[in-house]
Amino acid sequence: MKKRLGVFICHCGVNIAGTVDVKSVAEKIGKIEDVAHSTDYIYMCSDPGQQIIRDAIREKSLDGVVVACCSPSMHENTFRKAVRSQGMNPYLCEIANIREQCSWVHQKEKEEATQKAEEIIQATLEKVRKNDPLEAISVAINRRVLVIGGGIAGITASLDLAEGGYEVILLEREEALGGHMAQLSRTFPDLDPAFSGLHLKALEVEKHPKIHLYCYSELEEVKGYVGNFELILRKKATSVNEKKCTGCGLCIENCPVEFASVFERGMGMRKAIDTLYPSSVPNKPVIHREHCRFFIDGSCHRCEEVCPEKAIDFKQEDERILEKVGAIVVATGYELYPKEKLGEYGYGEISDVIDGIAFERMISPNGPTKGKIIRPSDGKVPKEMVFIQCVASRDPDRYMPYCSRICCMYTAKHATIYKEQVPDGQPYIFYMDVRSDCKGYEEFLQKTIEEKGLLYLRGRVSKVFQDDGRVRVLGVDTLTGKMVEVAADMVVLATAMIPSDGVKDLAAKLRATVDRHGFLTEAHIKLYPVESSTKGIYLAGCGQSPKDISDTVSQASATASKIQALLSTDKLLQDPLIAFVDEGICSGCGICVEICPYEAREMEPHRGISVVHSALCQGCGACIASCPNNACELRNASANQVIRMLDTFI
Amino acid sequence: MDYLYFPGCTLYTKAKNFDQTARNCSRLLGFELKEMKNWTCCGAAFPLATDNLMALLPPSRILATAREEGTVLTTLCAVCFNVIKRTNRLIQEDGEKRDKINNFIEKNYQGDLQVLHYLEILKKEIGFYQLKEKVRKPLEGLKAAAYYGCMLLRPFEEMRFDDKENPKLFEEFLEALGTQAVEFPYKIECCGSFQSVGSPDVATECAYKILGSAIKNGAEAMVSTCPMCTFNIDHKQADIKQKYLDFKPIPVFYFTQLLGMAMGLDPQALGFDQNAVDPMPLLKEKGFL
Repeated sequence: MKKRLGVFICHCGVNIAGTVDVKSVAEKIGKIEDVAHSTDYIYMCSDPGQQIIRDAIREKSLDGVVVACCSPSMHENTFRKAVRSQGMNPYLCEIANIREQCSWVHQKEKEEATQKAEEIIQATLEKVRKNDPLEAISVAINRRVLVIGGGIAGITASLDLAEGGYEVILLEREEALGGHMAQLSRTFPDLDPAFSGLHLKALEVEKHPKIHLYCYSELEEVKGYVGNFELILRKKATSVNEKKCTGCGLCIENCPVEFASVFERGMGMRKAIDTLYPSSVPNKPVIHREHCRFFIDGSCHRCEEVCPEKAIDFKQEDERILEKVGAIVVATGYELYPKEKLGEYGYGEISDVIDGIAFERMISPNGPTKGKIIRPSDGKVPKEMVFIQCVASRDPDRYMPYCSRICCMYTAKHATIYKEQVPDGQPYIFYMDVRSDCKGYEEFLQKTIEEKGLLYLRGRVSKVFQDDGRVRVLGVDTLTGKMVEVAADMVVLATAMIPSDGVKDLAAKLRATVDRHGFLTEAHIKLYPVESSTKGIYLAGCGQSPKDISDTVSQASATASKIQALLSTDKLLQDPLIAFVDEGICSGCGICVEICPYEAREMEPHRGISVVHSALCQGCGACIASCPNNACELRNASANQVIRMLDTFI
Repeated sequence: MDYLYFPGCTLYTKAKNFDQTARNCSRLLGFELKEMKNWTCCGAAFPLATDNLMALLPPSRILATAREEGTVLTTLCAVCFNVIKRTNRLIQEDGEKRDKINNFIEKNYQGDLQVLHYLEILKKEIGFYQLKEKVRKPLEGLKAAAYYGCMLLRPFEEMRFDDKENPKLFEEFLEALGTQAVEFPYKIECCGSFQSVGSPDVATECAYKILGSAIKNGAEAMVSTCPMCTFNIDHKQADIKQKYLDFKPIPVFYFTQLLGMAMGLDPQALGFDQNAVDPMPLLKEKGFL
């Protein structure tokens, strides 16, 4: 029996009708045998436009619809909803794109465009004739969330989700929460202490009944798909029984081994058994086995002897933990570009040339110098300070092409704090241009320049070297056109933000993508900025792009609310336009299993054929192209349909 | 193995001692510098404008002519090396410009010549370790500062001579000769180059900074790879002395002069009479003569 089809041609104002003669197309299409209704209208997507479609379906008892209009990514959903309201299966409605693929690109060839529009509609009619009514696939959903990274982004997302009533697994690879924010002194533009605010939030995380915190832990394996991820976590052995430990700190006091602390940027020491930083959250120490004498040669048991709770457990082993979640937040943060790779600034070999985070540690009251600004080389107070902005940022030829976004403001903050502490000192700031585009930033900047006497020099530094116990800085002031030479006591480099170590491996495990610099990529930079292109994987913080704390917190909250929307139902509906297998033809060769990028194809051993995992399949078509027997087809885009569509064009 | 050799104009005039010592040292090291036929001036500056093909014709002609005689071309002067190596790379990589240039000079050169600096031959073909074993009179006790200048190193992507900010090749060479190589921060800074013609004060100032920094770090002599640099840091010392009364001149050697000394060549044949600051007192003091 022939279908009764309806064709609806949109003018899109003059966008289509200005080029395509829509009236004549509608008339011609209307003469096709199985087309029961053919009409045109100025805006099909408008309410009266949709009403025309609804009425026609009812009055002419249509059982297939073609809307000739803009791209399906614009209004396919709109029209499918409209036909559904009349009891028609939405997958019997198709879009013929005669705007982007016809009128817009052929504005000067009106006759040809009209003919092409007609052909596009005819091809789409061929598709609709063979379309099957389909139902969305419904998948059960696990309403728990994994958050990777316990910096301010991960903490914020976790708290928001937990407050929304969802269970959260928070994973942090260091011994404690806080990320880079725990290293900071004060925040711009208000010069509030960074640590106290962060500490309160971290304590909230630790106490929250809905948050399961795994520190010193990593993600080993991920399987599954949106709504149903299966995880294997590895909790590294801390050698301290966390249930017994009270965090009294006696073991730390008594440990005889010291080594340079990465947290203190090498300027301070830490013990072989230690917390990440004083009053960390959780405040339980970890034994670093590569430094501990017990693990090196068994010669020391001091911590075990002094622990009043008998919490030291040298035999503790790594633990593998299985968890299930419905969504994953990647909040892996950043690292600074290593100064060891910067030849013009001395390859990291000049001890009085430090980076921004090292300076943050120096001006932090709990830092290695107790907040005092002194030269690492000899402990003297620096009187001439040079701050260099855009180090390895905005330098596409040699380093990173992007702006790291936080350096302008933190350099102004650094110079201000320096000037407060050393009123007779002179800070020099080399800059390219100063970017201060958020709330209160410009005001802060102007105030510091005017009140603190900071000397801003617009230009780059070509070379920094050790000379007579000082650091000589050769640069240029492009506003006066003069070379500038500063005999500085100390130099602070505002080095570029780069994605933290290991993000590429993690992204591969999650099947998420990264850009050429290693930042995680969002599904759409404007419209879907917190979703990754892999469903169920969400982004927060500097792992996605450089940003300051305000932006990080906003983004983390946005991510949390997106996930709450996802998890608000217990079933997830998925597009049924996926691959299927003709079981009579499939020979079980397994080529499709290897080729599928979503791990959606697997062999069913007892029947000896390959099957499609409907929740994982994204309908990309890779298996269909690779199947040597033509046993795979895509729903509503079968080979038969595609060939008939092609025939109309040839 | 013999190496095809492009001397360049200066090595026939102001820097004869550079040329002669290099040729003599080669013989002692077991190879010959075979002077290429029909060479001309290299052009003396790689053009900054990308469409200035005219300036690329002399080096292109040199390369095309040299290719008829061999596959490796070596130079001593850092400026010639820079111009010829960069032109060679451009001919290799830019087919359109290659065709235009070939059309004009009526050659068919495809860029398949390897351009090496004499120091690279010493390092890659002979090896500094082997060189050390061939040294007959190690220059022990001499504190010498290796001065690279710009031309050997920059632009880094094209020259690929050594690390762009902290090269070590020249120091390794000096240490193979037995000297104590002095590190100083100005070793890759510009000598002032042709400013010595138009704005001599600028060049004097550049030279003073370089020399002053080397002396402060303990250098008793400078070592150069370039007649242009040598002019500025050796011949300009008289001007520096006039301006900075407490400046104490130090001799500037071509690296081949020190190589010759260490290989046991007769000091009379090392052309010290062409050096502006007389090195004899220092060499005597060190007991090398």
